[in-house]
Amino acid sequence: MGSLPARDPRIYVGGGILLALIALALIGPHFTSDPLMPDPESILQPPSSAELLGTDNYGRSVLARVVGGAQLDLLIALFAAVLAFVVGSLVGGFTGFAGGFVDDVMMRLVDILQSFPAFLLALGVAAMLGNEIRNVVLAIAVAYCPYFVRIVRGEMLAARVTPYALAARAVGNPPTRVMLYHLLPNCLGPSIVQLTLCLGYSILDAAGLSFLGIGIRPPTAEWGVLVAEGTQYVNSGQWWIAGFPGLAILLAVLCFNLLGDRLREAVRA
Amino acid sequence: MPELPLLDIDRLTIGYTPHHAREPVHVVRDVSFTVGRQEIVGLVGESGSGKTQTARAVLRMTTPPLQPLAGRIVLDGTDLLTLPEQSMRRVRGAKVAMIFQDPRSSLNPLMRIGDQLARVYTSHQRISQRAAWQEAIDMLRRVGIAGPARVARSYPHQLSGGMCQRVMIGLALGIRPALLIADEPTTGLDVTIQAQILELIQQTRAETGASILLITHDLGVIAETCQRVVVMFDGRIVEIATVEELFRNPMHPHTLRLLRATPGTPVSAHKPAETVVEEPGVGLRELAPGHFVLGHKLAQEIAR
Repeated sequence: MGSLPARDPRIYVGGGILLALIALALIGPHFTSDPLMPDPESILQPPSSAELLGTDNYGRSVLARVVGGAQLDLLIALFAAVLAFVVGSLVGGFTGFAGGFVDDVMMRLVDILQSFPAFLLALGVAAMLGNEIRNVVLAIAVAYCPYFVRIVRGEMLAARVTPYALAARAVGNPPTRVMLYHLLPNCLGPSIVQLTLCLGYSILDAAGLSFLGIGIRPPTAEWGVLVAEGTQYVNSGQWWIAGFPGLAILLAVLCFNLLGDRLREAVRA
Repeated sequence: MPELPLLDIDRLTIGYTPHHAREPVHVVRDVSFTVGRQEIVGLVGESGSGKTQTARAVLRMTTPPLQPLAGRIVLDGTDLLTLPEQSMRRVRGAKVAMIFQDPRSSLNPLMRIGDQLARVYTSHQRISQRAAWQEAIDMLRRVGIAGPARVARSYPHQLSGGMCQRVMIGLALGIRPALLIADEPTTGLDVTIQAQILELIQQTRAETGASILLITHDLGVIAETCQRVVVMFDGRIVEIATVEELFRNPMHPHTLRLLRATPGTPVSAHKPAETVVEEPGVGLRELAPGHFVLGHKLAQEIAR
């Protein structure tokens, strides 16, 4: 790998935000009130020292709901992106290694999947499967899987004709072991970059699906749900209900993009 | 003495049939030669003469779409070309080993040297990880690597080309092959390292009793290392002879050209009169004991 400067601001900013979000998701819920607990006494309160991010129309703490959403959204993104990564890389590695007819068929299937914008595909799958956390994860994974297939397949096409692939065969390794054990790990570099970027998109898509009402259902604390609930109050001046969850989405996507960007340069160099 | 040779390649033809073509294209035609037990045989020829594909055919690993179309490759009594793939894998793993040119890229860049070596041991015998690691270090020491314990923990990119080739030889020896195929093992290494690698290959034969098929286009390497030489040109064998005979009395014009192309080789310049004129349709002829030359007028005259 290259000798890029270690003191890259993207690492510090991106990594800082990521660590903060993870900390928030892990230990935040212990310090905030119940995100589902309404409080008729304090409805639509603006941010104050008592309620740092204000309250919504049921008097629920926006801070508690954003923190609760952090946990859910990060987990959804993690599972969806890793699922897409694992399945996509295995399929891509296999199809690239097999080549010929298998490769042709797989690539046309990938073409079909990729002819839909990823979010629309996720939308369709989620709408078909129904509102459940598991289905949201599945829908996003299906939408992003083709990208991994394509990337790893390309790498595998180059890797399978390398001298070390030949050497591995020449000492009697069966093809499957050459592929899984020797070649696939060497093909994962660009795919791991894509994984990082995919984490960001997954958060965006999970929130997007929920915002449109086919992802996570209210009253569960999820960023997209929170934004959706808050939008109707933006015009009347209660900006904090949608504003803070929106900011959380922005920061989360930003941090994954910054890290992915930097990682891409490291892999290329 | 008339012991069966270890490797007997008999009228091997390699090629493929292109799309929309009736006739297959041949890259190796009617090649026959043997490698005796504990013998080092050199296979020379310029790029594209078919020497690498011939050698790869022994492992049944010709570059697709090329494949053996006719002939037999008999190793120790078994015809490798008719063997099922499953058994072929055992041949690759245990009987024939190959080392490649460009040693650096022939090692898995993501695995430590010691792990790559140890895997050879763990996959061929029941042995613990720790013992395999120890054997890997021993093997590194045997192939002349200084600080084997440290090198075992290194990755390929941290080693020099010469060290990588030593590791490759170590990997090949790990499976105790009866036949070691070395495909231009010294290409890309500087001259002092070349000499060391060749010495290591010879030493290998002395220690393990393996036969060696050495592919090269460097006649200097042949002269130093081999006992017999097979000269290939345009997919055919044009001359087979012992090293002494070939350098003293090259018969085929192409052999002569190869010799002349090597700087500082005095032998070839002297006897152009004894070379021969090729005649189509005539096979290899034995001019002197063990000295075969592809068909031509002079060979026929002598035979007569």
